[in-house]
Amino acid sequence: MQSKSNKYGTGGKEIMTIMIDTGNHIAAKAAVMAKPDVVAAYPITPQTTLVEDIAKYVGTGEFKGEYICVESEHSAMCACIGASATGVRTFTGTSSHGLLLMHEMLHWAALARLPIVMCNINRVVGPGWNIWPDENDSISQRDTGWIQFYCSSNQEIFDTVIQAFKLAENKKVILPVMINYNAFILSHTSMPVSIPDQKVVDDFLGKYEPQWKLDVNNPITFGNIIGPDGYFKVRKAMDDAHAHAKKLIPEIAKQWMEISGFDHGDFIEYYKCEGADYILLAMGAIGAESKVAIDEMRKKGIKIGLARVRTFRPSPVQEFIKIGKQSDLVVIDRNISLGLGGALLSEVKSALYNKADAKIQGFIVGLGGKDVTYKDIETICKKAIEGKAKESEWYGVEAK
Amino acid sequence: MAIKDFPVEECVLQGSAACPGCPATMALRVVFKALGKNIIMVVPACCTSVIESLYPNTSFNIPVMNIAFEAAAAGASGVEAALRVQGKKDTTVLAWAGDGGTYDIGIQALSGAIERGTNFIYICYNNQIYSNTGIQRSGATPYAAWTTTTVGGKNEFRKEMGDIIRAHHVPYAAQTCVSYPEDLYNKVKKAKKIKGPKFIEILAPCPPGWRFSMDKTVEMGRMAVETGAWVLYEFENEIMTFNGKSKLILEKKIERKPIEEWIKYQGRFRHLFKPEKDVKRIKIIEDHIDQMWEHYRKCYQ
Repeated sequence: MQSKSNKYGTGGKEIMTIMIDTGNHIAAKAAVMAKPDVVAAYPITPQTTLVEDIAKYVGTGEFKGEYICVESEHSAMCACIGASATGVRTFTGTSSHGLLLMHEMLHWAALARLPIVMCNINRVVGPGWNIWPDENDSISQRDTGWIQFYCSSNQEIFDTVIQAFKLAENKKVILPVMINYNAFILSHTSMPVSIPDQKVVDDFLGKYEPQWKLDVNNPITFGNIIGPDGYFKVRKAMDDAHAHAKKLIPEIAKQWMEISGFDHGDFIEYYKCEGADYILLAMGAIGAESKVAIDEMRKKGIKIGLARVRTFRPSPVQEFIKIGKQSDLVVIDRNISLGLGGALLSEVKSALYNKADAKIQGFIVGLGGKDVTYKDIETICKKAIEGKAKESEWYGVEAK
Repeated sequence: MAIKDFPVEECVLQGSAACPGCPATMALRVVFKALGKNIIMVVPACCTSVIESLYPNTSFNIPVMNIAFEAAAAGASGVEAALRVQGKKDTTVLAWAGDGGTYDIGIQALSGAIERGTNFIYICYNNQIYSNTGIQRSGATPYAAWTTTTVGGKNEFRKEMGDIIRAHHVPYAAQTCVSYPEDLYNKVKKAKKIKGPKFIEILAPCPPGWRFSMDKTVEMGRMAVETGAWVLYEFENEIMTFNGKSKLILEKKIERKPIEEWIKYQGRFRHLFKPEKDVKRIKIIEDHIDQMWEHYRKCYQ
C-alpha cells in the first residue's frame, strides 16, 4: 500500500511515499534504492522475504545490479567480498545460522576493509530449531570488526540501511556495516514507512568511490602474507576507523534527519531521560516496547527514561558514562554471553568502571523468542527500582 | 603452440617464495603467458598464497585477491559479477586453487559457482596433498601414498574430481600436467575463449611432498602420464578428447608403463618397496588404474 504525502513524519523537507510493509520488504526497498551493483544472498528464515523482494526488483527492473544466488551464506559473503574488492557497492542479508556460517568471512571483509552492507535478522541459534527472535547470532559476531546497528522500527530499518552505506563507504571508515533487526517482530510486521524519492537517496549517498580495488592497470596483490609489524598496524587502523565512525554516526544521522525528518538517535535514542532517576537500556524491538512501559511508569510517577542502544559497535562508551553519571541503570538483554551475562550489561559496566558509580541491574529476557511485553518491562523496572533485583538475573524463564 | 612461441613477458616475478622445483610456479608462468595481463586472480589458502611473497611485496605482476581456503570459487563469482556490472567483459577471472581447496574444503563453493554458470576459469593445481600445511592427505592423495596423516600409506583411492566436474556439464574441462607446457598453454588459451565456467586441473608433482629430488619435477609428471596414473584430456560440449600419450593409451596404441616406473622414484611410496616389496598393494594400484582406463574406453571411445 502506497500513497504520496508531503512532509510525512516530523518535518521532512522532501516529498515522500508512504509504504506500509514488513521490515524485510522495507530493508529490500532501502537496499535497492541505495543502488548496490552486486547483491549475493542465500535464503534463510526469517530473512527470505528480503532476498525474494530483491529478486522481485530484478524482475521489475528497479534493481539493475547483479544478483548472485549463491549456494550458502559463506559463499554469499565471499561473493560480496569479491565484488566489493573489484570496486563496486555490495549488499547482502542473512540471519542466525546464516550469519554464523559467514563468521570467517565477516572477519575477512572487515580486515580487507570492504564497505559491505548487510541486514541481519536476529534469530535464535539452534539446536533445537527455533526461528524466533533473540540477538545471540549477531552478538557473537561482536569482534569481527563490523559496525553493528540495532533497529526498533521499520522506518529505522529503512533509514539505517541508507545511512549504513554512507558510513561504510566514508574514506576514513571503509568498514562493513551490519543492520540488525528482530525476527518477525520487525521482519514480518507491517508498519507505515516514509520512503523518499530516489533522487534524495542518490544525492545523499553519491557515487561509490572505492579506496582500493582489483585493477588490471594497477596489479597489486591483496591479502598476501603479512608479518607481525604490518598486521599490528592493520588492526590499529581498523580500530581508528571505528573511532572515526563514532564521529560520523551522529553527523550522518543528523544529515539524514534534516532530509527525512526522522531522528532515531545516533548511538542511542533517548526517551524521557530528562530528570530521570532511572534509565532503562535496551536494544532492538524491545526498545520500542520499552517506550510503552516508560509511559506507563511515568503515569504512575516513576521517574524513568529509556536509552535505546542503536549502535553496539562502535560502542557508545561516552554516552553510557553520561547516563551513568545521571541515573541508576536497568539493562535488558535479549542475548546471553554464557558464563558472564547479558552482552549489553557487561558493555555498560565496563564503560562505567572508574567513570560513574550508577547502580546497574541487568536482566536476561526473551531468549528463544519468548514474548517480552511492556508489562514485563514494567515488572523488571519496578523490581530493580525497589531494590529487589540481583545484579544480573533471568526474567520470565518459568513464567507464563 | 610451441614453447619457443610463447609470449616472452613473465608475470611470475623474481622473489617468489616457492620451493626449488615447485610445479605451481612452473605452471603459473605458462598460465599467465596464455591468459595475458588482463586477468584478476583469486587465490585461496594454498602454496600459492605463500609463493606470492610477503606484504608489501608480490611476485605476481597481475591483480590478486587472496581469500579463505574454501572460498576461491565464491570469491571469483563476486569478482566476475562486479566486472560485468562495470562492463569489463574482456577481463578473465582466474580462480587458482590447490587440490585441498578444490577436492575437499572448496568443493561446495566450486560446485555452486559452476552450477550458476559463473564466467571464470578455475584451475586446480593438484599436488595430491595439503602441501602448504606440510604434507597431509587430501581427497586427491592416491591410494597407498604416505603423508603425515596416512603414515602407513593411504587406505582409500583418490576422488575422481574430473567426473564430478563433468557431471556439472561445464562447457569446458581439461586435465593437463605441468610437464607438458604446450598442452597446458593450449588448454588455458582455449578456456579463455569459452564463456561460462571452465575447469582445468594440472597435475603438479611436489618434490618435498612426494619425496623426490627437486630436479625431477618434469619427469615425475611425465611418468604419471606414461604409467596411466594421470590422464590428459579435454571435455568440450560433452565430448571427451584424450591428448598426447593418454590418447595412445586409450586407443591401446601404446601400453601404459607399469606403475612401479612412477612410484619407485617417490619417497611417499617407499614403504611399498622396503623392507620388502608390497606386491599386494602395488597390484591394487595397477588394477585401479586399469579399471579407470576400461571405464574411459567404455564411456568415451
